[in-house]
Amino acid sequence: MTTLHEIARGIGDFGSIDEANRAVVEVLTGGQPTLVDVAEAHTFIPELDPARKVLLHAGPPVAFADLPAPTQGACVGAALFEGWADTEEQARRIVANEVTLIPCHDVGAVGPMGGITSAHMALVKVVNARYGNVAYSTMNEGIGKVLRFGAYDSEVIERLRWMRDVLGPALAAALERTEGGYPLAPLMSRALTMGDEMHQRNIAASALFAKDMAPLLAAADIDATARVEVSDFLARTDQFFLNLAMAACKSNADAARAIQAGSVVTAMCRNGHEFGIRVSGLGERWFTAPVNTPQGLFFTGFDQSQACPDMGDSAILETFGLGGMSMVAAPGVTRFVGAGGFLDAVATTEEMAEIVVGNNPAMSIPTWDFQGAPTGIDVRLVVKTSITPIINTGIASIVPGVGQIGAGTVRAPLGCFTAALKALGELYGLAS
Amino acid sequence: MLTTIVQKNTYQDSVALMVLSRTLSDLDGVTKVSVMMGTPANKEILGATGFGSPEVDAAAATDLIIGIDADDPQSFREVVEQANALLAHQASAGASSGLARVHSLARARAKLPDANLAVVSIPGEYASAQAHELLESGLNVLLFSDNVSLEDEVMLKTRAGELGLLLMGPDCGTSAFAGVPLAFGNLCAAGSVGVVGASGTGTQEVMVQVDRLGAGISHAIGLGGRDLSEAVGGRTAVQALAALDADPRTEVIVLVSKPPAPSVRARVEQAAQQLSTPVVTVFLDGHDETGREGNLTQARTLSEAARRAVELAGTATFSRPDGGIVGLYTGGTLADEAAMILREELQLTADPGEPPAGTVLAAGPHRIVDLGDDVYTRGRPHPMIDPASRAEAIARALAEPSTAVLLLDLVLGHGSSADPAGAIAGPIREGLARAEAAGRQVRVVASICGTERDEQKLSAQAEVLREAGVRVLPDNAAAARHAAALARRIGTAAPSRSSDVPKAIAGLLGGPRTINVGLASFAEDLAGIGAPVVQWSWSPPAGGDAQLARLVDRLLMS
Repeated sequence: MTTLHEIARGIGDFGSIDEANRAVVEVLTGGQPTLVDVAEAHTFIPELDPARKVLLHAGPPVAFADLPAPTQGACVGAALFEGWADTEEQARRIVANEVTLIPCHDVGAVGPMGGITSAHMALVKVVNARYGNVAYSTMNEGIGKVLRFGAYDSEVIERLRWMRDVLGPALAAALERTEGGYPLAPLMSRALTMGDEMHQRNIAASALFAKDMAPLLAAADIDATARVEVSDFLARTDQFFLNLAMAACKSNADAARAIQAGSVVTAMCRNGHEFGIRVSGLGERWFTAPVNTPQGLFFTGFDQSQACPDMGDSAILETFGLGGMSMVAAPGVTRFVGAGGFLDAVATTEEMAEIVVGNNPAMSIPTWDFQGAPTGIDVRLVVKTSITPIINTGIASIVPGVGQIGAGTVRAPLGCFTAALKALGELYGLAS
Repeated sequence: MLTTIVQKNTYQDSVALMVLSRTLSDLDGVTKVSVMMGTPANKEILGATGFGSPEVDAAAATDLIIGIDADDPQSFREVVEQANALLAHQASAGASSGLARVHSLARARAKLPDANLAVVSIPGEYASAQAHELLESGLNVLLFSDNVSLEDEVMLKTRAGELGLLLMGPDCGTSAFAGVPLAFGNLCAAGSVGVVGASGTGTQEVMVQVDRLGAGISHAIGLGGRDLSEAVGGRTAVQALAALDADPRTEVIVLVSKPPAPSVRARVEQAAQQLSTPVVTVFLDGHDETGREGNLTQARTLSEAARRAVELAGTATFSRPDGGIVGLYTGGTLADEAAMILREELQLTADPGEPPAGTVLAAGPHRIVDLGDDVYTRGRPHPMIDPASRAEAIARALAEPSTAVLLLDLVLGHGSSADPAGAIAGPIREGLARAEAAGRQVRVVASICGTERDEQKLSAQAEVLREAGVRVLPDNAAAARHAAALARRIGTAAPSRSSDVPKAIAGLLGGPRTINVGLASFAEDLAGIGAPVVQWSWSPPAGGDAQLARLVDRLLMS
């Protein structure tokens, strides 16, 4: 194993931005994300001290008041789940006044949609076996009324408890039977050849994961009811792998941040208020711009006017070259995400290829003539062409508790790339 | 030498690995290569084929195993290098259907690596900078955009000259290479007339008229309307003339322009005089009489230029030490017309004394005979009705060593022979073959007085003659002028074509492979006729923010 310390580089270590970018993409695509454990969040993340009222959220830093209603609803759900309040009103007061909000990204985590994560929720732990860094994510709750879309009734809270008390321990027991964990990149590579782009569609990946977990769960030391419930949950949760893919991508992207040079995007995320990016040469800084609202297809009874502005850390998939960047890999969902026919999906990925440093040879896409996923978004190319990354996404109702009302695509706003470009100009002493 | 390499956590599907195994096994110095994922079944196979090792035993199902049986360490290293390269580049890119659309020059070049031309139709304020970038990347440029300053034009054309590239334009609406029309262009028959044009519709009109005369176009090189101005000095015109002179397809060049600056006209005409290919100029200045001076023929109108070009096509390669024109006519007035034209064109003085009956012209090595004259029809049918007598005369004429050019008419219609061309095709073919065998260059030139409606059918008769090796001109006067142009070549050495044409320009004349920057319809037209093209859906850099665009460019260079 190479440590991040060993690969750390600064702008002085490279002859050109291109050279630095190639180094960033080499680390970004060269990781070995491995699922090693599932446990309560506070055991992994010290900031989630159960003695304090702290919540993680998706996207760049944000004030509670600026969060969209569904995410505020998810905060209420988390407060009820943590037992900070007994009633909804109480919970609302607490989350609005007493809770400290921290971006998931700042503590090595990623969260879908609202991304609200509290101390006692179950998190998966993914280790980048190549570089040793760690990433976390909540687990996918399935569809319907779920916390990530802002629902917080008893059904939601009950499921979160079950995930903490049954699903998490069962998977942890299953993973104990592996030698050093379960490698995720090979599965992702296979799923990409099976029609998943791993943001909008994870059916193949989730099935492959369930298949591999089945014998481990069968042999694990857990009670029979738990085995049945967990097997059932994994079998019917088509998007289960999304959160694992997010943690995998986060572990790759965070390793790449050891190269503190160049113009490659190392994180993209949104909080329903602002879209934020981090750039390899620009360290911890977030460059933000107001989020767009996703466009797409809606479930019966819903329409565009009810769509919540863009949110979630799941754009880490696109940061890694999957999701919308690799639209061409998932013909099955191109229509659903509003990309029209297959040729439109080809055109989408071809367009994304304009703004990246290269292709990820480990993520070869059969429907793109086996070219690797377009990877390593270059801020310079985004600004030059005005082509911004396209992100596949679920669409939440603007009304908390309603949940997902459709799915589609959304563009990253150009403003955060322009801001980052100007900062790069200063970094490289070229500001005019 | 058996070796195994295990790459941890590198998944590839089995089809990709089978392709990889086969490719690597084909390398020199390699007995066998097996590339597999480390599943228990695969590890068993590897063990059974001699690749077993502790490393292989320890491999997981998600690890890639490469088993190599190579002759020596060098071959082994080559296999490893190849394997890594192939794993990294599994795409056989570019085989996709439909019009490829890109948003940057880099992607355009990746899609069409052997592109040799950029057609630029973007707003004028960006056109110059963009054209510079395209030139620097080694592409000829057709600059359709207008509103490019004269200073920019001079800079672009100077740079293009230094780089050995053509910069056509700005405001260049028409060009065509190897039968592929660009921007505004007509689909013309392929042929040997090359056009160099500082005028878009002028170029188009010449091309279309050439097509209508039954001839065709090799290339048309647009210059932009200001190329022959004092400031630009005909930079592209001179390059284009040299390029067409070197092109084996081009037998005659038409130079079209609105009235040029006098000094530039002189310069361009001087360049044209040096060429081996005849040049027809049409400057639309309303002053010049149609005329000829050395290698140049001046035409007053566009259609006249087309006619002169068709008449001159194919004459430059004709060369022999001596001989003359022999005209064997069936039509009396046609014979008289030919005689008149030859007298004028070749400035002939009739031989002293009365010519033999039926001979309408006798001047040195040249003669025109009317085989329909009474002297030939006494006791025999007219040659229009029975072509046999002319067939014999043709055979005799081609057998004479003094015959350099055989000039014929063919009259169709009611009363004429059912197949006049067929009747003379045999003797022509045989006569030409014998002359060639004897080392003599001989040309047979004809025109046909007939229509498509005639029972013999104009096009069918023309085809028969062409197959026999006859050059068929649109009318009798054209045939006579073509014969005269050939006769002027007698006694002169075959000229040599320009040879120092830059590779990139010669490549363009081999057929355009186009990056279309801007108007998508130009690319769609090219794709529609099967010409290689990639569409660059251009937009202003950095959304048109000039300051930001400068910063991007500086960062892209850093």
